[in-house]
Amino acid sequence: MPSVDQVIFWLGALVIAAPTLLVAQLGLASLLDAKLSERTINRSNQTAVVTGLCAAAAILALMLLTGSRHVAIDFGTWIEIPHFHFSIKFVFDRLSVPLAILSFLLTGTIGAFASKYMHRERGYNRFFVLYALFLLGLVVTSLADTIETLFAGWEFVGLSSALLVAFFQERPAPPKNGLWVWTIYRLSDAALLLAAVVLHHHHASGEGDFDELLSIGGFWPEGHTTLAPGYVLPVGLLLIVAAAGKSGLVPFSGWLPRAMEGPTPSSAVFYGALSIHLGAFLLLRASPILESSHWLGLTVVAIGFSTAVIASLTGSVQTDVKSALSFACLAQVGIIVVEIGLSCLLQWPWLRYVALVHILGHGCLRTLQFVRAPSLLRVYRQLEDAIGDRLPQAAGPFDRFAEPIRLWLYRFGLERGYLDSLLLSCFVHPFTRAFRWCDALERRWTDLLTGEASRESDKVQPFSGSLEDLT
Amino acid sequence: MTPLDVPWLEIALVLGLVGACAVSRITDPARAYRWGVGFCGAVFACTFLAWLAFFERQAPGFSLQTRLFGSQVLALDELNAPLVPAVALLHLLTAVATAQTKMRRFSFSWSLAAETIHLATLSAVDPWMLVTLLTMGTIPPYLELMNRGRPTRVYVGHMALFVVLLIVGWAAFDATSRLGPPAVWATVALMAAILMRCGAMPAHCWITDWFEHASFGNGLLYVIPLPGVYAAIRLVLPEAPDWVLHAIGVVSLVTAVYAAGMAVVQREARRFFAYLFLSHASLVLVGLQLLTELTLTGAFCLWFSVIISLGGFGLTLRAVEARFGRLALVDHHGLYEHSPALAICFLLTGLASVGFPGTLGFISTELLVDGAIVANPLVGVGVVAATMLNGIAVVRAYFLLFTGARHASMVQLGIRRRERFAVLTLAALILGGGIYSKPGVLSREKAAEALLHERQRRVGLDPHSAPTPLFPLPAAK
Repeated sequence: MPSVDQVIFWLGALVIAAPTLLVAQLGLASLLDAKLSERTINRSNQTAVVTGLCAAAAILALMLLTGSRHVAIDFGTWIEIPHFHFSIKFVFDRLSVPLAILSFLLTGTIGAFASKYMHRERGYNRFFVLYALFLLGLVVTSLADTIETLFAGWEFVGLSSALLVAFFQERPAPPKNGLWVWTIYRLSDAALLLAAVVLHHHHASGEGDFDELLSIGGFWPEGHTTLAPGYVLPVGLLLIVAAAGKSGLVPFSGWLPRAMEGPTPSSAVFYGALSIHLGAFLLLRASPILESSHWLGLTVVAIGFSTAVIASLTGSVQTDVKSALSFACLAQVGIIVVEIGLSCLLQWPWLRYVALVHILGHGCLRTLQFVRAPSLLRVYRQLEDAIGDRLPQAAGPFDRFAEPIRLWLYRFGLERGYLDSLLLSCFVHPFTRAFRWCDALERRWTDLLTGEASRESDKVQPFSGSLEDLT
Repeated sequence: MTPLDVPWLEIALVLGLVGACAVSRITDPARAYRWGVGFCGAVFACTFLAWLAFFERQAPGFSLQTRLFGSQVLALDELNAPLVPAVALLHLLTAVATAQTKMRRFSFSWSLAAETIHLATLSAVDPWMLVTLLTMGTIPPYLELMNRGRPTRVYVGHMALFVVLLIVGWAAFDATSRLGPPAVWATVALMAAILMRCGAMPAHCWITDWFEHASFGNGLLYVIPLPGVYAAIRLVLPEAPDWVLHAIGVVSLVTAVYAAGMAVVQREARRFFAYLFLSHASLVLVGLQLLTELTLTGAFCLWFSVIISLGGFGLTLRAVEARFGRLALVDHHGLYEHSPALAICFLLTGLASVGFPGTLGFISTELLVDGAIVANPLVGVGVVAATMLNGIAVVRAYFLLFTGARHASMVQLGIRRRERFAVLTLAALILGGGIYSKPGVLSREKAAEALLHERQRRVGLDPHSAPTPLFPLPAAK
């Protein structure tokens, strides 16, 4: 008879294995150019999600039965050399289990929805490959017990999200927006990677496990950090940047409406329900670090508050339902972040439960709203037909202000808080200009050395001299 | 005597030379292709057996070199054992994936000659032999440019300076280090030669110029093995003073970030690839100069990853170029629908090169970043910035080439069987190496340990003591 620990270990392995095998199956089929039927894809997807969900629910049930609050599952050390080791460990606790279950639940629902919504769509297979990668990333991120494992899952989520934004790839706008999302995510990844390495090397135990690092004096949400005091502020700030990038907090909020270029199912489950909350999840996981410094708590509150305000103002002037929903979603995420910041600032661990419940409820609500969005106009029309009149229009949020302020707020909302303009003018344009200037210098230098125009690439036009021109 | 007692490395080199001569006499491109691929395959098989023999710790039963040179000047050791078959594999796959339309342009005989020089360079354990081979290695590219009627001044100018600095620098370094600490000017000359060969700023323009004018296949094969890095390890690292290493590190770090930034703004695919390569080559050098076990292991892993991942990325780009000509990165091309397999391979190899989880590059990036931050946080930030920008550049190129438009075509542009074989082989290595990285990392860690040990010995001990091999070779039977 296997012990409870053994059962939990195998169930935990199943939770991770289910999405991994789904990625392997769909990904390898794409790589080998083997066409899978829609039916096969759906069955594989359903099997993986149901298996993962049941296993996660069973772990929760066992934890409740045995009264265990924290179960770590160690798959061993992947790499170990002097001064470096990479362990693959997952943790099932009060934070990770609800998020993992929510992930399976919502992705399963949306997978079923997408199987109809995307029926006979050209990129059906591609959508589900990215969907599977996203699910794997999300499950790994939620359950990771080491910062390196969390980083791996974080990257999977980032790549699949950017490629899903660019899903409708016959038009230039989706890939452009996908690149914007990817750029912000890369910045966020870089911050997380730096934080991960510092965490790994500069805390008391010398291990990278959350158990060792954040669970002194109790498990989440009560634990404290063992990070050396001198590193708390820089590591905390890096984690806040990582979270801000992933959750679209100020000043990175501009990627969220851009992400709505993707298909509705992906917008619903990824940017509306799950992916958008990953930043908040990271802050919750790292809350013992954030509470070690008042400055970090204040920063989190300030970022969350400004995000909520800007998102509310911006959302109220949007003219399409997906954008309006995305900003409404962002406003809620801002509030969740404020809750986390306050819990750290005031040392109220119970407030983290509020934030967690807020994430779970908000994720479910937004998924429903996004999925309903395509048929919303039809529902409005049905309602208006039923009452025989137009639906009453509520007063706008700006109506209470005087004309000049109202106009300014309206413009502020239309320009999405000037956040994209700020990033473009402060970082993107100077960067591009500087490197293009260097490129021009290099051209002059090689021209000088060659004694003639040195670059064949200057003459390159799309498809010139190609096989197609010959035919 | 077992099959592993045979001197496979020497046979590989001889086969390469014989192949180059034999294929040069064939005028029919299709026949030259078949023979070229056959010889490349045979060379790869021999290098693989040589690696296997090294892995089994079996020294060859007899050696031609000891009769010719009196000692072993070319051999596999802990450092180069996996690199030699990897480079031979890259040559084989490049030959295999050559499109029919490019067979006339791609010289298989020169490619085999260049392969022989590359393999010999990477297996050179004697410094003067290495200097000679590095000098010889500059000739095939020059002939390639001449044959194609392209300007050679940028290449010749840089390589002439490199050869002069290398020979003069090593001669003086070798002579003075026997009597005491090496002369400063000799060290500087040697360092400049190494940096020039690696394409460090401001002497990097020859690499972008080379990619502009060479055929993509040859362009790729000439730079991807990173012979400059090998020269740095064999010639500079064991004895150079710390300030030289710091200087190399600073220049390499600046180059890594600069080249990554340049890759993001490029308007043409080959130049983009050239900068991506430059950034990676410089990152390897950054890891070397920090001279800790962790950074050295990371740099060695990254080196292997560059050969496989960036090599595969280059091959995929070459396959796309074979269909559509030189590729502008200004507008969207929308090529995904015509060649989805190429698009997937492009993304997979590109992301592997920038250290995406689950691929070969992931652990090397982790090790390098980890080691760099511990050794010097500023260097760590620079390394992370470079990898971040490289990642953005790869996905930008993917979006521009494969998405954003509907491309109409009257001809079949999908991946061909031979190309599929090449990219799938590399994809298998990338994913397999990404999932099961342990043996590779342990082998690189051993090489790092040996290098550090030897440096400690040479820098700290009597300079008149007899020189020992940098990485001990298996004992001859």
